[in-house]
Amino acid sequence: MRVYADHAATTAVHPQVIEAMLPYFRTHSGNPSSLHTAGQEAASVLADARARIAKCLNAARPEEIYFTSGGSEADNQAILSAAELGAKKDKKHIISTKFEHHAVLHTLNKLEKAGFEITLLDVPPNGVIRPEQVAEAIRPDTALVSVMFANNEIGTVQPIAEIGAVCRERGVLFHTDAVQAVGHLEVDVQAMNIDLLSLSAHKFHGPKGVGALYARRSIRLQSLIEGGAQERGKRAGTENIPGIVGMATALEWACAHREEHAAQLRVLRDKLISALSAIPHSVLNGDPDARLPGNVHFCFEGIEGESLLLLLDDAGVEASSGSACTSGSLDPSHVLLALGRPHEVAHGSLRLTLGYETTEEEVDHIIRTVPGIVAYLRSISPVWDALEKGERPYILA
Amino acid sequence: MLYSEKVMDHFRNPRNVGKLDNADGVGEVGNAKCGDIMKIFLKIEEGIITDVKFNTFGCGSAIAASSMATEMIKGRSVEDALTLSNRAVVEALDGLPPHKIHCSVLAEEAVRAAVKDYYDKNGIAYNPKLFKNAHECEHCHL
Repeated sequence: MRVYADHAATTAVHPQVIEAMLPYFRTHSGNPSSLHTAGQEAASVLADARARIAKCLNAARPEEIYFTSGGSEADNQAILSAAELGAKKDKKHIISTKFEHHAVLHTLNKLEKAGFEITLLDVPPNGVIRPEQVAEAIRPDTALVSVMFANNEIGTVQPIAEIGAVCRERGVLFHTDAVQAVGHLEVDVQAMNIDLLSLSAHKFHGPKGVGALYARRSIRLQSLIEGGAQERGKRAGTENIPGIVGMATALEWACAHREEHAAQLRVLRDKLISALSAIPHSVLNGDPDARLPGNVHFCFEGIEGESLLLLLDDAGVEASSGSACTSGSLDPSHVLLALGRPHEVAHGSLRLTLGYETTEEEVDHIIRTVPGIVAYLRSISPVWDALEKGERPYILA
Repeated sequence: MLYSEKVMDHFRNPRNVGKLDNADGVGEVGNAKCGDIMKIFLKIEEGIITDVKFNTFGCGSAIAASSMATEMIKGRSVEDALTLSNRAVVEALDGLPPHKIHCSVLAEEAVRAAVKDYYDKNGIAYNPKLFKNAHECEHCHL
């Protein structure tokens, strides 16, 4: 049995989405900037996709949707644009959090080097930022608040509507990296007072390499890519029509089935959480309720995440760790450190993210597999040996 | 694939995994904070390593490097074990990704630490220059 439990990394393109995309590879291959019939057909398909995506987010106008290459580009463009707008009014302070995606954190690092002052909010132990933290951090020179909708590692859902209300009241732009949320949680940019929002198609069964930035009409975006006048001069380059059609189709499909899928996923998620909680000296990371319907994230004391992932893969379970060992850095996850997990515990992490295709049999397979592998790795771990002998105190109860 | 077949083989089926109750030399290097600790146990008879076991907390390459290092010193003289280099461990594993080379360094250091412990316990004189300082954790910025 092979179980794909890494839906937060990417999802399979839904068959309906593939069908919707095919004509734009096969026959309808015009460039929307061309004046002939094929080009104008493509332009109208593009406008239609923009309107459909705007509707799913409850954006006031289709023109508030800008197509990008994905979530990272949208994050970069949102933050750099807000920073430039702020700088013009001598506002060079930005508020974000310590557990953002690197697409946000690295862009903020760049701005810090360029003279901006960055406040990264501490993450409470349950992984949910409190709106009061944002309110307290806002200053007269604050140009932007950027808080992710849902964390990509531990899956905690942030009080976006409340943070949006605080920002609106104080007249500060609000960006949310909603890459993990769109298609999975209710997103309403108007009701939630969101000014800028990033999304990525492949997280909700759309194709890879395409995403979007929502920017409220009054916000003047800065172009990251210079060239033609596509996206009203804010993003040069011939539009990825098949990808954009796929994204619109996937988003409509995901939003139409959102509640049904969420209900089904929560049952599986909670079954998995309760089974893995029985492993001694383990902990669920992030709030058990304010979390994405398909996210399960644990730390197991005395073992290291990468070896756990490799053995799980051998046993047919495809998961992720958050342990940076796999990504070329040796530091443990900045998200777990922000949550207050000590380094030695943060190394032993496991993220299992379920999707609408996940079956109960698959979850049962995970439940049968994980405890034995954790026990084996502990049996060869000198850290576990020292814990058991009392030479080193347990960190996790 | 991140790792060579050889690495995966030693990771999946580690040789000499375990502990020795009456070890003549025990060496432990690394730091749980950095994500890897290796502990090597040596049984030594008349200057020959007759048995060796290891325990490792760490990633796939740390477990594979420990396994390979124990294979490479088993049945050899203590002096031979001291000549084991991290490079030799990497070669025997058909290579490691660049950011995993430190796992082979740990394996070399674990063997040396175990030999040093054997020398110390048995009052055997040695040139202190043979043994580097304790692992300084230079790889993980702590």
